[in-house]
Amino acid sequence: MAYAICTFCGNVCDDVEFDVNTQKGKKLCALGLAKFREKERIKSPMVDGKEVSYEEAIEKAVEILVSAKKPLLYGWASTVNEAIRYGVLLTEKVRGVYDQCASVCHAPGTLAVIEEGIPGGSLGAVKNRADMVIFWGSNPLEAHPRHPTRYSVMAKGFLIKNRKDRKVVVVDVRKTKSASMADKFIQIRPGYDYAIISALRALAKGEDIEADEVGGVPKEELAELAEEMKSAKYGVIFYGLGVTQSRGRDRNVENAVKLIQLLNRYTRWIIWPMRGHYNVVGAGEVPAWEVGYQYGIDFSRGYPRFSPAEFSAVEMLLRRDCDAMLVVSSDPAAHFPRKAVEHMKKIPVIQIDPFPNMTTLLSNVVIPSAVAGIEAEGNVYRMDGIVLRVKKLVDSQYWSDEKILHEMLKIVEEKLEG
Amino acid sequence: MIEVEIISGRTIDQGKTVEEKLSDAYFKAVSYCEINEEDFRKLGLKDGDRVKVKTEFGEVVVFARVGEVPKGVVFIPMGPYANQVIADDTDGTGMPRFKGVRGTVEKTDESVKSVKELLGVE
Ligand code: SF4
Repeated sequence: MAYAICTFCGNVCDDVEFDVNTQKGKKLCALGLAKFREKERIKSPMVDGKEVSYEEAIEKAVEILVSAKKPLLYGWASTVNEAIRYGVLLTEKVRGVYDQCASVCHAPGTLAVIEEGIPGGSLGAVKNRADMVIFWGSNPLEAHPRHPTRYSVMAKGFLIKNRKDRKVVVVDVRKTKSASMADKFIQIRPGYDYAIISALRALAKGEDIEADEVGGVPKEELAELAEEMKSAKYGVIFYGLGVTQSRGRDRNVENAVKLIQLLNRYTRWIIWPMRGHYNVVGAGEVPAWEVGYQYGIDFSRGYPRFSPAEFSAVEMLLRRDCDAMLVVSSDPAAHFPRKAVEHMKKIPVIQIDPFPNMTTLLSNVVIPSAVAGIEAEGNVYRMDGIVLRVKKLVDSQYWSDEKILHEMLKIVEEKLEG
Repeated sequence: MIEVEIISGRTIDQGKTVEEKLSDAYFKAVSYCEINEEDFRKLGLKDGDRVKVKTEFGEVVVFARVGEVPKGVVFIPMGPYANQVIADDTDGTGMPRFKGVRGTVEKTDESVKSVKELLGVE
């Protein structure tokens, strides 16, 4: 059994073990076990369905990227920072657009942070201090299964001695698995997050609201929640895609941040997104430290410009604004709206990924890669921005994303200079 | 036929199979729709039946099952089936509306497409 760091979800659990020979693990949740387990792989690099060498596939990929007018380089949430860095540099060189999985996930939160900032904290602080935890539109038991035990519900810490020291609330439109571990479940109508947060802001300020209910929640219940929030010593809202993917999107998060700012006049509260993929934070942080923006970055003029309305992957595809696409460690053909996928079918697509997926089915160039955290190492950001170095447990025939992208960058530079 | 609001989201089975998208297990994990018990009965459904979900953005046939959702709300796991019907307008944010899209659900005899058929590729 070797010590490992799990590369599935944003928890990036650094206390797990796995034995590649027996395929057995310790401390891994069901999702982590599925991640480490051996499964079908893309066997060889391919160009138009024909098996080729890594060098030939990379050559073809570079040819596509260099001759495209506006290539879209997308994905990045399931690889390491070192690979993402080469990806950003590559996008700049080919004057393309860099976008990453957050643009269909937590990016509305980024827009809110640009407006309001974020009163945040680490998972360690939550574990040690939080006596009130609200999961809002997030479902940790199905998306981040060990979050409750390691940090937020059952976790014991410095000031939190046992589960009873912590009040747990789940706010959601449906009774999720996570609702069952909460002290209180508040069921809201879809699309009413903004209105409910506004009501809580008013009530926390001591103002009255005229309506008897907001978004399906009786006023008394909201007043009670506002009171409980004010009387907590250290509270946290962990929000999920229920907030960012429904009506209001970035404005929902912005309103929630304002609620937290208000609560901080009385006590200590933080708010934090439940980031999904193990390094989706890196997919935003790396371009942020390289070129200043997190996603939706266009380099077509030779300098970076940020505009999600124009340069996010879905918008680019809906407007048929890109004429080639590189997809790294992601599966937009499965996760984008139908109409966006239609354009992917019409342009050359290059894929770098360990596993065959729906994007493989429409890719012209397919380059298999090593699985980070099992066959390749590198740095990643946990959901709260803590950097961890994921381990390589076993040698493999596959090149790492880092090596593939570095090679691509070198050849692009040669071609552009020559 | 009933009018519904459609939401999509993660499930454990979707997560467990997300790196095996061309497998039967993934197909099973994402090609269904959870319906409130009362609505399920109103549609005359039984286990194993299929429904057609329609919105202004598209339509899809999925398996129907009873789930912990309120009346008038249906849940489809995130993935290619949900993405046939969710809203692709992003209101300038870049983010499609994956949750809270109005549409209809009706019983159907049509079969559920495989992920390949859904994508329209060989
Ligand atoms: S909670 Fe997330 S990081 Fe931890 S073992 Fe499970 S999948 Fe891996």
